[in-house]
Amino acid sequence: MNDTICAISTALGVGAISIIRLSGKEAISIANKLFSGKDLTKVATHTIHYGFICDKEEQIDEVLVSVMRAPKTYTKEDIVEINCHGGISSTNKVLELLLLNGCRLAEAGEFTKRAFLNGRIDLVQAEAVSDLISASTDASRKLSLNQVKGSLSTIINILRNNILDVLANIEVNIDYPEYEDIEEITIEMLKDKITYINEELTKILASAHDGKIIKEGINVALIGRPNVGKSSLLNKLIEENKAIVTNIAGTTRDIVEGSALINGIKFNFIDTAGIRNTADEVEKLGVEKSRQIIQNVDLIICVLNGEEKLTAEDEEILKFTDNKKRLIFINKNDKTLKIDFEKPAVYGNTKTMEGIKELKKQMIKEFNLSHIATQDFTYVSNARQIALLKQAQIIIHDLQKEVSNNIPIDMLEIDLKKVFDLLGQITGETYEDELLDKLFKNFCLGK
Amino acid sequence: MYDVIVVGGGHAGCEAAHAASQLKMKTLLITANIKNIADMPCNPSIGGSAKGIVVREIDALGGIMGKIADMTHLQIKMLNAKKGPAVRSLRAQADKKQYPQKMLEALQSQKYLEIKEAMVENLIVEDNKIKGVLLEDNEPIAAKAVILTTGTYLKAQILVGDSKTPSGPHGEKESKNLSDNLRKLGFEIQRLKTGTPPRIAKNSVDLQVLQEEKGDQEYLTFSFDNPASYDIAKQESCYLVYTNEKTHQIIKENLSKSSMYGGYVEGVGPRYCPSIEDKIVRFQDKERHQLFFEPETKENDEWYLQGFSTSMPVDIQEKMVHSLKGFEHAQINKYAYAIEYDAINPLQLKASLETKVIENLFTAGQINGTSGYEEAAAQGLIAGINAALKLQNKEPLILKRNEAYIGVLIDDLVTKGTKEPYRLLTSRAEYRLLLRGDNADLRLRDYGYQVGLISKKQYQNLQTKKTNIQKLIDILETTNLKLNEANKQIFMASNIEVPASSLKFSNLLKRPAITLKFLENFVDLDFSEEVKEQVEIAIKYEGYIKKMEKEVEKLINLESKQIPSDIDYDKVGNIATEAREKLKKVMPTTIAQATRISGVNPADIAVLTVYLKKEYGK
Repeated sequence: MNDTICAISTALGVGAISIIRLSGKEAISIANKLFSGKDLTKVATHTIHYGFICDKEEQIDEVLVSVMRAPKTYTKEDIVEINCHGGISSTNKVLELLLLNGCRLAEAGEFTKRAFLNGRIDLVQAEAVSDLISASTDASRKLSLNQVKGSLSTIINILRNNILDVLANIEVNIDYPEYEDIEEITIEMLKDKITYINEELTKILASAHDGKIIKEGINVALIGRPNVGKSSLLNKLIEENKAIVTNIAGTTRDIVEGSALINGIKFNFIDTAGIRNTADEVEKLGVEKSRQIIQNVDLIICVLNGEEKLTAEDEEILKFTDNKKRLIFINKNDKTLKIDFEKPAVYGNTKTMEGIKELKKQMIKEFNLSHIATQDFTYVSNARQIALLKQAQIIIHDLQKEVSNNIPIDMLEIDLKKVFDLLGQITGETYEDELLDKLFKNFCLGK
Repeated sequence: MYDVIVVGGGHAGCEAAHAASQLKMKTLLITANIKNIADMPCNPSIGGSAKGIVVREIDALGGIMGKIADMTHLQIKMLNAKKGPAVRSLRAQADKKQYPQKMLEALQSQKYLEIKEAMVENLIVEDNKIKGVLLEDNEPIAAKAVILTTGTYLKAQILVGDSKTPSGPHGEKESKNLSDNLRKLGFEIQRLKTGTPPRIAKNSVDLQVLQEEKGDQEYLTFSFDNPASYDIAKQESCYLVYTNEKTHQIIKENLSKSSMYGGYVEGVGPRYCPSIEDKIVRFQDKERHQLFFEPETKENDEWYLQGFSTSMPVDIQEKMVHSLKGFEHAQINKYAYAIEYDAINPLQLKASLETKVIENLFTAGQINGTSGYEEAAAQGLIAGINAALKLQNKEPLILKRNEAYIGVLIDDLVTKGTKEPYRLLTSRAEYRLLLRGDNADLRLRDYGYQVGLISKKQYQNLQTKKTNIQKLIDILETTNLKLNEANKQIFMASNIEVPASSLKFSNLLKRPAITLKFLENFVDLDFSEEVKEQVEIAIKYEGYIKKMEKEVEKLINLESKQIPSDIDYDKVGNIATEAREKLKKVMPTTIAQATRISGVNPADIAVLTVYLKKEYGK
């Protein structure tokens, strides 16, 4: 961590301005070598300066340079940010010059890693920063910002302190057994405590699901027989909502057709191969995959053709999506309604946009999204945090069983301590080998 | 020329001198007063929570504290008997006259040990290596290794109210110059404080109005070798006493007269052992505080009032004592006092208890910042063993945190240091389920044997015990309960749920309601109680023990990541300044030890790990 790192910290190709960030002991002097304008080594901290980045005599780009001196910076090191205006190729050229003059290209997540290692932010905050960068909706940005400010840490710390009180009392009972006026923790009291901890964990974990929705969006599969209007419905949903037509290639969701923001929440629509019984080997594979998708999505929209009676295939589809979160959309274009369907459904017309608004309303309702939007965004939102919370909950569930089993309190306490440690790992207060490596791998380049 | 000189005849000095001489080192124990060998200037007990387990560990390794305590106690108890096996711990009321006498006899019978009355005031050091000691009259005595066990005697001062008198405990002569000389040699000296309550004539107290506390009604011993030698029926009782509103009133009115609150004390006292005035100031809303009235010896009438340590002037002490119920006419034989003394910074020690400053110089006991007879004895034993091993060019005996409370104690001292007199607590041991009093021999006797303090016969006894434990486990794991009518009746008669099928005995034993004793209704188990106890714990708490062993694996993994002793922390970039200073001072030998240093946070460990990988390819 003695060297100076740099990276383009805005997404390339998006927006007119790209920012290159430098962090480290030589950040200011290296930037100064390339900058024509004021002497950056002499300017006050947290100031912005206009000038040019030059390669010897040649002006490469017209820039604004921010100089921020340690320690009041994101990484607690000297930081320089160069706002480039000239598009991708000149930004790349500036980066190249920085590398030639003594900077090293930052590894993924290295700015945040330095911020963490220099004690600027705790683990939850570090993870939230990575979320913030990749956040694609307003709600998810708010959630990340909230975590950066430390709301989750606060909740976990309150729970942790609560456990610590019990641990301390049990220890006192052990070390000073003959002091009759010190409260003795009884099995009954411990039961109450465990119930309380379980409730708190359940609450945090329940909000974790919301947190995941806010961050990653809701995955929706549209299914139905071929030619019932799936694709046109999909297009309407996406088009109508000015879809972020992102192609999330390289992720596991390689079949996401498109995403749309509805009430500020991202919905990812997933295409499924038409599901039907088939003898064709190749098609069988496709069907199998669809069934898997259906198992993993958050919501299914079954599309039925309102101009025909229900077919055996429709029945089949309805049957095996019956126990999932599901909405039914009955599509009728111009002709008359022939379907005889009794369950609640949204009736619409994919050509005229009829019923689309209603469908969206139902989608929001399914996830109680209005309640998410009004809460204070202290959700747990990443896999590592959720896994630790779940581990803690498993131990608490074991404890709930053991506590009625005549096990001595000082043994039950071992489990309680473990829960305390696991919660500490969420906020980064206990050291576990490899924790850091695992963590920083998940960061995108730049802050 | 001696191999080893031990300076100080307290509990650390006795174990050190015993161990070194037992290992055939020509040893000299220097004490200011032979009559005060193994003196107990404070509470009249040995053992207690966690400490009782330490005494068992000392015995397992071949030390003598447990054996002498077994011979001389007035009462013995198993603390936490109703809690889990891990936290049970023995405590004996020791006879303050008998214990030192038997200890002196034991030391005098050591072939390689001499005892000399003198005051050591300086060390002879050449090229940072110890060469011997200088006595008060400047007489040099040469030795290859020296163990300092000076207790509370370094620049000791006794405080009662506003009076401050240079003196060791019970008016013994203090050491005037040794701590200054240690400072000159490069040791950091800190000032610590402790205190002791008044001693009261038992006959002047109305015991009738106090609550009696008897010894346990089964035979118990610290030692693994000798059977109990006392008479259960003849144990002395202790008594419970409570302070009252009047006592509190007296203390509050006279607070400024105490040494502590009058501002006469420089040393740092232990948080866990507050004076009575401290308790009253800190816990304002408590209506009463619990005290214990305990016998000190069969030989006289002097009793100890535990929990009433104070540095008030004597006239106030009289009033305070007389305010207690039953103590209206009590006669105080010795007034309570506080004592201040110098100690070194234990961060200047290696885990072997050899100092980092001077080769072949070892320190043990209160000079290292600890408190308690047991903590002192444990360190004395380890210092004695390691001084001998060093002179034999052998690797030191270093116990890990998962192996012994002694390992926890020493690791805490040399890794975290201490700002107050350090006391062992069960909560300091993260693997305490493995560090039980009942299995101290299984954990440590092998080490004692390898070192040479455990005899062949003792070792063979241990092997037999291990074999029998395995045999009994095998029986329980391979035999099934016969589910006939007669057996069902036995279950029902004991109000225990009848198993649905013919289960293995080991599975039955896992049930909360079923004990090994109950299973003996169905199967003959011809094994000693000790063996049965081990097997019962091993099977009953198997799940918990396995969990803990998993945690230990993680520790061992971190312990295996060694930090080279030539590491230059100034070259490790981006470590926080505080962490760098701490690392330089402690010089941890493994990553595991580094993680335990306060002020070194996970980020520093990550940076350090990366640096080690880069520089040393580890």
